[in-house]
Amino acid sequence: MIALIDYGAGNTASVANVLVELNCEFKITNSESDICQSDKIIFPGVGEASFAMRRLHMSNLINLLRIVKKPLLGICLGMQLLSQKSKEGNVCGIGIFPYETEKFDESNIKVPHMGWNQIKLVKSSKLFEGIKENEYFYFAHSYFVPVNEHTTAVSSYDVEFCAAMENENIYGVQFHPEKSGHAGIQLIKNFIEKC
Amino acid sequence: MVSKRIIPCLDVKDGRVTKGTNFINLRDAGSAVELADKYYNDGADELVFLDITATIEKRKTLLELVKNVAQVLRIPFTVGGGISQLNDIEALLRAGADKVSLNSSIAANPALITDAAKRFGSQAVVAAIDVKTSAELKKVFVKGGTQETELEAISWCKKVCELGAGEILLTSMDHDGTKEGYDLEFLSKIVKEVSIPVIASGGAGKPEHFLHAFEIGVDACLAAGLFHFNELSIVELKSFLKTNGINVRL
Repeated sequence: MIALIDYGAGNTASVANVLVELNCEFKITNSESDICQSDKIIFPGVGEASFAMRRLHMSNLINLLRIVKKPLLGICLGMQLLSQKSKEGNVCGIGIFPYETEKFDESNIKVPHMGWNQIKLVKSSKLFEGIKENEYFYFAHSYFVPVNEHTTAVSSYDVEFCAAMENENIYGVQFHPEKSGHAGIQLIKNFIEKC
Repeated sequence: MVSKRIIPCLDVKDGRVTKGTNFINLRDAGSAVELADKYYNDGADELVFLDITATIEKRKTLLELVKNVAQVLRIPFTVGGGISQLNDIEALLRAGADKVSLNSSIAANPALITDAAKRFGSQAVVAAIDVKTSAELKKVFVKGGTQETELEAISWCKKVCELGAGEILLTSMDHDGTKEGYDLEFLSKIVKEVSIPVIASGGAGKPEHFLHAFEIGVDACLAAGLFHFNELSIVELKSFLKTNGINVRL
């Protein structure tokens, strides 16, 4: 069973629709016991970082997510919250990855970065198996994680930024696979079947 | 680099898609869910649904429709029409919408933009602005284009940007349904004035119109009737744009 975390700041409906399409058993939940009983975790996120962290605190999930040993996929803000710190609302994240999210420079480029952008794979990853090089994914974000040693894919918008990163059981993608057509469905399928 | 987007717009009335000229003379264009599925498979980058009969009684029907659409769509979609409260927005996003488009409500209560952006993020907040020439001035109209406001269009665009909107959906009522092209003169002013993506709407009639709009710097082009009545396919349009040097997702 996949635990799809609903802490009041994620677009669980869209991800759930993909899981239904993939015939995958899942539960939309914010309960610790459901998450403990699950095989894998999807951690979506939409909205503003400090609000999302408050909601996570209220659901009492932060310590659990910090130590979890099963595969976890953070999406968009979900990936950013896996970092140490976010400049959005100047808030501390869950802290699995030792990075700090930055904001795109509005004086150079339109913010948010919104739309379909190509990604470039920089390391092999099970998440991207069967997905063609330079594939388009859908992005909608104003903050980004800088390219780092855990980065598996990069994209470019004014600067090159981290489009996907992973470390052992923890995966994060900055784009929305649930909104990225067939390539995105493939990525979620890979997470379910291969990670 | 981020690609330019093609966005079919579905004006929805009681679950059916309709299209008019200059905001009136509606004709039926099919089931909203079926058209959404078709456009997704044709390579649309996003969809916009505008509930043109949005009233309190119809709100539940709209939520059902959003749920049904979300089940078939794997691309982002925006829902607009009659949204005036944070609770409305939350319900639509929970039903599967990715963004909401706010129009009359923000003209009456601009703070709603900031509240919504803080709660759901700027990327979920689209400021829809209907513009019509009135006494040689570009003015903002609300209530489905029936009511003129005091707002002057360029300053209102700048204002929604400052307040935290993530995108502007700019519809030229003068051009809407005419198929004579987007209002390039006005759009080129707006793209220079704001720091958020601008979606051009109103007037598309042939592929060149999209090309010209992208050339002056708009980020996305919206069209409705042109796609609904099979006058132009999204695949053909995107190939044309690609051949002409526009970065589109094919």
